[in-house]
Amino acid sequence: MQTINIKLTINNKKYEMDVDIRKSLMDLLREMGFTSVKQGCGVGECGACTVLVDDVSVDSCLYLAVWANNKAIRTAEGECKDGRLSPVQEAYVEEGAVQCGFCTPGLIMATTSFLEKNKGKKLSREEVKKGHAGNLCRCTGYQTIINAAITAGKK
Amino acid sequence: MFPIEKYHYASSVDDAIQALAADEKSKIIAGGTDVLVRLHEGDTEYGCLVDINGLNKLKEIRIDDDGNIYIGSLATCTEIMEHEIIRKHLPMLVESLATIGGPQVRNTATMGGNICNGAVSADSGCAALVHEFDLVIEGREGERMESINGFHTGPGRTILNHSDLLKYFLVRPEQYEGFSGSYIKYAMRGAMDIATIGCGAMLRMDGQYIDTLKLAFAVAAPTPIRCPNAEKAAEKQIPTDETLEAIADAVEEDVKPRTSWRATKEFRLHIIRTLAKRVTKQAVENQGGAC
Repeated sequence: MQTINIKLTINNKKYEMDVDIRKSLMDLLREMGFTSVKQGCGVGECGACTVLVDDVSVDSCLYLAVWANNKAIRTAEGECKDGRLSPVQEAYVEEGAVQCGFCTPGLIMATTSFLEKNKGKKLSREEVKKGHAGNLCRCTGYQTIINAAITAGKK
Repeated sequence: MFPIEKYHYASSVDDAIQALAADEKSKIIAGGTDVLVRLHEGDTEYGCLVDINGLNKLKEIRIDDDGNIYIGSLATCTEIMEHEIIRKHLPMLVESLATIGGPQVRNTATMGGNICNGAVSADSGCAALVHEFDLVIEGREGERMESINGFHTGPGRTILNHSDLLKYFLVRPEQYEGFSGSYIKYAMRGAMDIATIGCGAMLRMDGQYIDTLKLAFAVAAPTPIRCPNAEKAAEKQIPTDETLEAIADAVEEDVKPRTSWRATKEFRLHIIRTLAKRVTKQAVENQGGAC
């Protein structure tokens, strides 16, 4: 087994470890207990495994764990601070954008990076749709998710 | 876990080339949005990887005093699309890259990979062809430059040798100054889809006449292609409906679409004719003209 030593932060906490080069970042995060990171399609189609790497959204299933060396990773677990939901998470609750919940952590991270990137801009529904094109949801029909992103953008 | 048997994290371009040369089974991994999908499917052809992600110099995007634009092969689609220089000078490339996958894929996928994996459907392929990108490649015999024209030799095939590494794309000012462009991707879905047909145009007007039209297609032949016949049909013409029709007729001589599960040959040809007219019209309008 080939391993590489990596240093990274996950949700602001520092870690150092030897990582099997065959692992995806999704494998690594789930093994460490960050189970908000879901395995959906495994090929970058569904976005259920979306995390932020240095504030950039990526499909962690198509991202080698060793690439996380010297990077800052954010997962849905870390968005909730001192027991308080983030504005994006709050908006998902308010708008009823969560049904079965499997896609939710990935979508929360997609919305979070989308809004951080477009801070201060007035966003159309079309722009919100394009910004969430990498995430699939089979329950909601997406309208409540778009509402949540727009609501969170105003917070 | 991915079935990776051997993994080398390259510390320099030379180191990458040596690692490639040392093992004929080795393959380059850049953004990983194709290679890791193959590995996920258990494709052992990709079991021996040379990882170039540490080569930060290959991420650079810059312009020199003469207006030559350099785009590093490791720059991601998002980095290219959001770069000021690219937005200013190569808006049609921005349009093309925006049609690839979704945000997460564009955040990791590289244009180097999109061109070098030889995909017939490469969305950046049309932009590369009409801007006549030069590719600066490092190989066992040193550095050399190749044109994008002739770079693709078949589905999934290019002129690259096994130990070659694309370092950057070079776009010369004469390939973008005075041109306007347009790219349209026809796919079944509005995002996260492979092109049924992709079509890009670059155009320069001379008064009311079309001075130069450069037209390219993806998925219209075994490689991304330029369309010399259609381009000739547009030369020195006033962009009228008749001219657009002549371009559509001529383009049939340039393309070789095939039937696949995505679309029949006949339907593809219909899209090709329609898009040839539509991108030309759009490019004329983007230059302030009317069709």
